[in-house]
Amino acid sequence: MKLFTFKRLAVLGVLITAVVFLLPTFTNTWPHKKINLGLDLQGGMHLVLEVQNVKAVEAELERTVDELKKELRKDGITHLGITRQENNTIVAELPDKDAKNAFEAIVSKEFSNLKVSASSAGDEAVRFQLRLPDDEKETIRKMATEQALETIRNRIDEFGVSEPDIRLQGENRILLQLPGINDPERAKDLIGKTAQLTFQLVNEDISAEAALKGSLPVGSQILYENKTDPVTGNTAKIPHVIKKQVLLDGSLLVDARVEFDQFQQPQVGIEFNRKGAHIFERITGQNIKKRLAIVLDNTVYSAPVIQDRIAGGKAVITGNFTMEEAKDLAIALRAGSLPAPVTIIEERTVGPTLGADSIRMGMISMLAGGVLVLLFMGIYYKGAGLIANLALVMNIILIGGGLAAFQATLTLPGIAGIILTIGMAVDANVIIFERIREELGWGKTPLAAVHAGFDRATLTILDANVTTLIAAIVLFQFGTGPVKGFAVTLGLGIVASLFTALILSKSIFDFVLQKKTASTLSI
Amino acid sequence: MQLIKSDINIDFLGKQKIGIVFSAILIIASIAGLIVHKGPNYGIDFSGGALIQIKFTQDISIAQVRDSLAGLELKDMSVQDFGEQKDHEFLIRTASSETVGKGLSQAVSSAILAGTGMTPEIRRMEMVGPQVGDELKKQALLAIFYSLLFITIYISGRFELKWILSGVTAGALMTAVYFLSVFNVSMPILIAGALVVSLVLFWRLRLKFAMGALIALIHDVFITVGIFSILNLDFSLPIIAALLTIIGYSLNDTIIVFDRIRENIKGESSRTALPGLFNKSINQTLSRTILTSFTTLIVLLALFFLGGDIIHNFAFAMIIGVLIGTYSSIFVASPVVLAASRKG
Repeated sequence: MKLFTFKRLAVLGVLITAVVFLLPTFTNTWPHKKINLGLDLQGGMHLVLEVQNVKAVEAELERTVDELKKELRKDGITHLGITRQENNTIVAELPDKDAKNAFEAIVSKEFSNLKVSASSAGDEAVRFQLRLPDDEKETIRKMATEQALETIRNRIDEFGVSEPDIRLQGENRILLQLPGINDPERAKDLIGKTAQLTFQLVNEDISAEAALKGSLPVGSQILYENKTDPVTGNTAKIPHVIKKQVLLDGSLLVDARVEFDQFQQPQVGIEFNRKGAHIFERITGQNIKKRLAIVLDNTVYSAPVIQDRIAGGKAVITGNFTMEEAKDLAIALRAGSLPAPVTIIEERTVGPTLGADSIRMGMISMLAGGVLVLLFMGIYYKGAGLIANLALVMNIILIGGGLAAFQATLTLPGIAGIILTIGMAVDANVIIFERIREELGWGKTPLAAVHAGFDRATLTILDANVTTLIAAIVLFQFGTGPVKGFAVTLGLGIVASLFTALILSKSIFDFVLQKKTASTLSI
Repeated sequence: MQLIKSDINIDFLGKQKIGIVFSAILIIASIAGLIVHKGPNYGIDFSGGALIQIKFTQDISIAQVRDSLAGLELKDMSVQDFGEQKDHEFLIRTASSETVGKGLSQAVSSAILAGTGMTPEIRRMEMVGPQVGDELKKQALLAIFYSLLFITIYISGRFELKWILSGVTAGALMTAVYFLSVFNVSMPILIAGALVVSLVLFWRLRLKFAMGALIALIHDVFITVGIFSILNLDFSLPIIAALLTIIGYSLNDTIIVFDRIRENIKGESSRTALPGLFNKSINQTLSRTILTSFTTLIVLLALFFLGGDIIHNFAFAMIIGVLIGTYSSIFVASPVVLAASRKG
């Protein structure tokens, strides 16, 4: 009989392929595909952010309100108030028919994207309701999410994370997988910072105390500055009355980096592009001896008095920063502001030491369970048990090779899945061997018994494994992260064990039995 | 070597009453456990909240940790030992996830430093917002539902070799589920409804093997969930993975026994011979039923004792599932098929 049949060569081919794929994980050789470790094993942070993209729609409407007012002022039309409502519509009230006609003309010329409905509000006055079409709102929301993704990706790149995985999830969510993060809190701060930088004038007609008591002028708001007393170290919140009108914002920045003042305190130096520099020069020139507030995410960082016109488009942000805070702020400003705030809705962080412990304990239980099963099979089924053991070792190599080949991620539940497979893979051999024993007991020759055993048991084994495979597939479909890793190893393990039990061990039996017309079988 | 002699002959079906009593006790205890604890004890994956695992380098009491955290006023906070005594590890859980976004681990770390003078190592931090928790719960239930559905279709087709009937079952099941979902019923009720529909269909279509297998499945999963409830253990995502695996794996033993029954039943027309035949089949396959579960239990025990605390409950769920699954293949699945065969 031939030593190398087609079937044997095919089996050998599968095994060699598995070994080739598994080796790089340990030796870093061709094909250089290592088994990826999940965040729960190598340590790292898994974050899901929700982009509050409704806020982007609100911001767009606020901008529209400002522009409308500006246009009306330009044409000298009086109005009784233009405001954004809670339900994201704009309501404009106009005193008389002339104003109404002028308003309609402006809207149809400059704001043709708005849907307008008019209604009389008693006497001569007219009340307009303006709203954005739904598809435009949808576009704004989508753009906000995509822009947030891009901005966060830039920030992470600058922060320096090796192999981050950042992607959109659903409509308004961003999923981040950041392996090997040392300081999760700092990373979260950087990612979640809106970094909305604005330059606004301080309203000097009224003191903050008076404004707080309730006489806040229209068009102004109260914003706070966090001041730390250098002697006591206490932080106090100092109120400022700030004009709502934004003179310049961070979108025109070209650079931001850490600098030091004369006391070697870190501060963030920013530089505007030509357009920004021009605006900055103009507003500083027009407002000499007035106070200009630098506002970041609705917090005042400083409000210096403008001494002179400032050309060149450079400014500094001071604020008792630590070195890290200044660095992160510079990164955030360079990467741009988020178009809408984000909130963290899911976080899973695993420290590197815990990950290492998990790997160690997983490996120990795999070894212990594996050795026990090998011992049991060897003792219980003797020669045949050794064949089953060989098949089991091959099974684990196949799972490892499969993980590397498919670039799947190994997680802690994934290791549990491999351990479970060790116990379940020999099940198929047990079913076959028990049948062979039965057939031998009915007086069949070893060869006939082996053939009958495999034949009769094949269908049972297929059935038993298909049901578990169904569970694994459903789990893969619905699971996330670590649980998905379990589904992967369980599924691979089932397919591998079908191969090793029904094809590999059958080949070995055939090979052993063909040599001698054996009258006994070690089982 | 042989642990179970090939000529073994235990009258399993004669001991059916013991089986019924045993199963009834487990099911009643499970129901009681679920009622007392007001449903399954959902972990933060499903209920939302936060969990922080901290480690100290030296001995510290659980009370010290708890007292130093009191000032943070975390909602429903609990502190428990984690791992072995020598590890000085603790698990802090809280139901509040809203405030968490920024710096919960930092707040915990500095509160403990202030209270005990020691800085803990933050080994793990998990936070799930309430909305995400609800979604994960829905996904987990959907996963359970779909695996039950597909497996039901598979077993009804395979056990009876009537794929057309199984197709009909599947169609009816989908329709029933569709109507139930139109009325916006909650997922657990949807799953229960789908199971009842399947059982009624199997009964009407005389798919008795499929019915036996499905009843055994429900039995296994319900009791596993029940034991988790009685012991007040958390349901987390890995536990759902364990339940699904049990759904797939506990059928293995049932399939072995059923295949043998079908093999032996060929050519047998007399109904009076059925009990003996069922018994014979169970006895013939007894050694492989027990051995396959035994090898799986070996590795699960290794995982349970050596795999560390994170995977502990997963291993525990699987161990219960494998034990109950083996028991039910003999004492639940086969008797149901026999009872149905006698009636039909």
